Amino acid sequence: MSTTTPTTGAAATTTAKRDRKAEKLARRASDAKTKLSSPWASALAVVIAVLWTIPTLGLFVTSFRPELDIRRTGWWTFPSNPEVTLSNYETALFGAGTAFSTYFVNSIVVTIPAVVIPMSIALLAAYAFAWIDFKGRDVLFVAVFALQIVPLQVTLIPLLSIYVDVGINGSFWTVWLSHSIFALPLAVFLLHNFMKDIPRSLVEAARMDGAGHVKIFFQVLFPLLIPAVAAFSIFQFLWVWNDLLVGLTFAGGAQNVAPLTVRLAELAGSRGADWHLLSAGAFIAIVVPLIVFVSLQRYFVRGLLAGGVKG
Amino acid sequence: MDWLLRADTTPEKLLVMVFAIVLFVAVMAAILYAVDRPKRISNWVVVAGFLGPALALLTFGLIYPAIRTMYQSFFDRTGANYVGFANYSTIFTSDGLQVVLRNTAIWVLLVPIAATFIGLVYATLVDRTRFESFAKALVFLPMAISMVGAGIIWKFVYEYRPNQPNVNQIGLANQVLVWLGFEPQQFLINSPWNTAFLIIVFIWIQVGFAMTVLSAAIKAIPDDIVEAARLDGVGGVRMFRFVTVPTIRPAIVVVFTTIAIVTLKVFDIVRTMTGGNFGTSVVANEFYVQGLRQANEGLGAALAVILFVLVIPIVIYNIRQMRLSEDVR
Amino acid sequence: MTFNNQRRRSAALAGGLGVALALTACGGGSGDGDGGDAAAAADIDCSAYEEFGDLEGKTVSVYTSIVSPEDTPHIESYKPFEECTGVTVNYEGSREFEAQLVVRLRSGNAPDIAFIPQPGLLRTLVEDSGEVVPAPDAVSANVDEFFDESWKEYGTVDGTFYAAPLGANVKSFVWYSPQMFADAGYEVPETWDEMMELSDQIVADGAIPWCAGIGSGDATGWPATDWLEDVLLRTAGPDVYDQWVDRSIPFNDPQVEEALGQVGSILKNDQYVNGGLGGVTSIASTEFGDAGLPILDGSCFMHRQASFYQANWPEGTEVAEDGDVFAFYFPSTSTDERPLLGGGEFVAAFADRPEVQALQTYLSTDDWANIKAQVSGPGWVSANTGLDPANLTSPIDQLSAELFQDESAVFRFDGSDLMPGEVGAGTFWTEMTSWIANDKDDKSVLDAIEASWP
Repeated sequence: MSTTTPTTGAAATTTAKRDRKAEKLARRASDAKTKLSSPWASALAVVIAVLWTIPTLGLFVTSFRPELDIRRTGWWTFPSNPEVTLSNYETALFGAGTAFSTYFVNSIVVTIPAVVIPMSIALLAAYAFAWIDFKGRDVLFVAVFALQIVPLQVTLIPLLSIYVDVGINGSFWTVWLSHSIFALPLAVFLLHNFMKDIPRSLVEAARMDGAGHVKIFFQVLFPLLIPAVAAFSIFQFLWVWNDLLVGLTFAGGAQNVAPLTVRLAELAGSRGADWHLLSAGAFIAIVVPLIVFVSLQRYFVRGLLAGGVKG
Repeated sequence: MDWLLRADTTPEKLLVMVFAIVLFVAVMAAILYAVDRPKRISNWVVVAGFLGPALALLTFGLIYPAIRTMYQSFFDRTGANYVGFANYSTIFTSDGLQVVLRNTAIWVLLVPIAATFIGLVYATLVDRTRFESFAKALVFLPMAISMVGAGIIWKFVYEYRPNQPNVNQIGLANQVLVWLGFEPQQFLINSPWNTAFLIIVFIWIQVGFAMTVLSAAIKAIPDDIVEAARLDGVGGVRMFRFVTVPTIRPAIVVVFTTIAIVTLKVFDIVRTMTGGNFGTSVVANEFYVQGLRQANEGLGAALAVILFVLVIPIVIYNIRQMRLSEDVR
Repeated sequence: MTFNNQRRRSAALAGGLGVALALTACGGGSGDGDGGDAAAAADIDCSAYEEFGDLEGKTVSVYTSIVSPEDTPHIESYKPFEECTGVTVNYEGSREFEAQLVVRLRSGNAPDIAFIPQPGLLRTLVEDSGEVVPAPDAVSANVDEFFDESWKEYGTVDGTFYAAPLGANVKSFVWYSPQMFADAGYEVPETWDEMMELSDQIVADGAIPWCAGIGSGDATGWPATDWLEDVLLRTAGPDVYDQWVDRSIPFNDPQVEEALGQVGSILKNDQYVNGGLGGVTSIASTEFGDAGLPILDGSCFMHRQASFYQANWPEGTEVAEDGDVFAFYFPSTSTDERPLLGGGEFVAAFADRPEVQALQTYLSTDDWANIKAQVSGPGWVSANTGLDPANLTSPIDQLSAELFQDESAVFRFDGSDLMPGEVGAGTFWTEMTSWIANDKDDKSVLDAIEASWP
């Protein structure tokens, strides 16, 4: 991708050949566009998409309806009886003693490092498992993979004890550390999978040029892995943003560390079934993940090895 | 320096965050630099540089608690007295806990199969079509909703009202039943079907994950393989069966096993929707109830160990698949 | 390409931060309101706290299961204490209180004070963790002065007094609509037999008398346990009740079976339930908070539920003897003895620093009870006899306070809260849920619970 374009002799012929091939591929791709989508296929896709969206749509409509309406009639009657209210959102946003923005900022502060840190550590570890040869590599990799099974509830008390002993409990550091730990097994596993798909030839070429592991990682592999990194970053972001248990246990409910999810969990109130508040709260919580998803999804939509390196 | 540990205002918090990231980058850069510099350096040092941080975190964060848990499972509720296998025998002989085991098995079988299959089909269907991004976003949306949120959404869908003249249905599922002329059902109360209705919720969420990973894999299928197949007259469903699926088999295995493991661990859905009642509880939920709410350390630990054991077949299956694909490479 | 990614990523990040900052600007709603001023202006006797020395600048952490919106009055009520002593009280409420308290205790991160909603839990904490600190003398003296002696018993474990009572609630109430009763010509029943006759009358008139719901997430089933306890108090008497709770008689004693049968004659009678909500099994699927609402629609006449149910009526519902809804005392077999089932929280301390003890003392005074009453909305009451009912905002609360202070009322704490956690917050709940949802028979339910007793 970052190679210079040759202009002489045999290289020029190769370039011309490459251009013709690209043309052909483009034409086939556009053919494929029409060929792949038979009416049955489209219909099935539409059915699935609609089925998947209806439940969420129902709650979305509900969040704008007055409390009594919600208890009495179904949300699908909304078009025939459109009474809209913003009071659910008002209560959800401004009803607490603390300003909503505090929780929002806490969520951001908790989430971003909890994505960046495990991602980086996992990338390096995955590289080591994929491209560095050492004894016991396979066994170690299986062990890391198997660690996915440890449920996080099991770690709450041991980790919290350690944090208390060190004296960092109740601060953001505990949450960052904990989220990083929980993310590692799956992250290493998935990234390792993507890394192995990169052709050996590229790595060999770089090694011929005398590059050490660090150089190979940064100059050859990392650029190719952007889509995978983007994909996993989204998963991790969503997981941390929507998490309640880790934030609650390690940061406590104190105002200066509690994330949005803690506040929203309390919205159900002491009674537990306030749908008008829960629906509004759920959608407030979705806004940021949606933005993140929409802005980053182009990276993995395009696929792992965009640019035609393969084939 | 108090703001490092006790950040109170927004600027302080953002500062801590930036500080943490910068500190982290600095430490990693130092490690990598140290590992790259010397010309003749033992392989082990390089490995340590790349793997060290990950292994350190995993050891104190996951391995130590896991071993501690296995140890605790042989003790009683406060960890004071050794009771041997008493906790395990309780689990296998108590009626309630047997139901829990049965439910967990059903979850682990149904969710990965259904989610992977639907995700695969959908990814194939929307691949390279005009509305691909939008279509994917719709199916991915449930993953952006927290599991508690999803539980709330579906609890609303399953809501029951009696079929009486002055009473309306407010849950979509029962409304559809009524429109079709059937009686409204108590979806969440009637065992054993209530487990199936809870499983639907989790499948709804996981299809987004399956679709995303499998879509990336489908896009990585080399064009010439597809071309060759088409020239041989293979199209549509046969293309799917004989070209697409075999080629992305490794990705399918990854997705399947990952979902299976996540399914074993999930408890939010059960807890939010039924609280574990009506015979719907799963091992992960029981762990939370017994180990944390009831403070019965020993029993909770034993339940967690059962989870560890249940994952072993999945791990073995995955290893064998990896070996197979390694040979092909 | 890398630069583009970074730019897009920072754009998304900036967007998110922008939203956050915008919300900071306009999200000032902290809802302090009048309550704060009333609390801060109250004069209390600061000399009671001088014995603890100079506490200026110290902090005490309080951990409870009371979340928004009921947490605000609590926080407000600490202000006079904070002004007297200079102590800052950090209040934290969580819906995951029970599990989180265990986590915090086991990892060495205990709060200073926790509000324990069940004496059974208090006993478990004292025995298992050994971290609960006995109450200081000043607290003990206050409890002797202001509370009925049974309340002190509930905060005592094995002879040592640990936890003073805080707030309370009365559970022996039946909610109804005065208007509906007046329209149909019904009278509020004063005895059990009258209540059953009324139910039959309603059925004869073509309506459904009772509505009920026991759904409550993790805690589903607890309203059904309240039914059994209330009825047992009336059929077998307070002494048998005490024996049942401390297991002098087994859980599945025949007298208990008889009481459960009585409950079943109402809750499992498909002519009597479940007004506006469905059949008998709908009791299990209906959230307890929603269960009384059919009264407002006219589809149900009576709903047996505690005084704290006030908070569940939709905004605008008038709770008064001549209003939209009101409650009458759940009748007993005779009008002489009036057993009263109720609940409450207890203040347990995990530290013995002077500022912690000072706060404990404050919470056990009549000063605190009166201030709390003034800043609270409807739905709060205390068994503190120094509480002036006139400070309470709702007629139900005033009625509750009067019942607490009534000499002839025999008070008993909610049984499931007194039993060990495995039963009281475990099998008792789940078996009663099965009793309704799966129509399990009386004997099997009681036997199962008895078998689970540790």
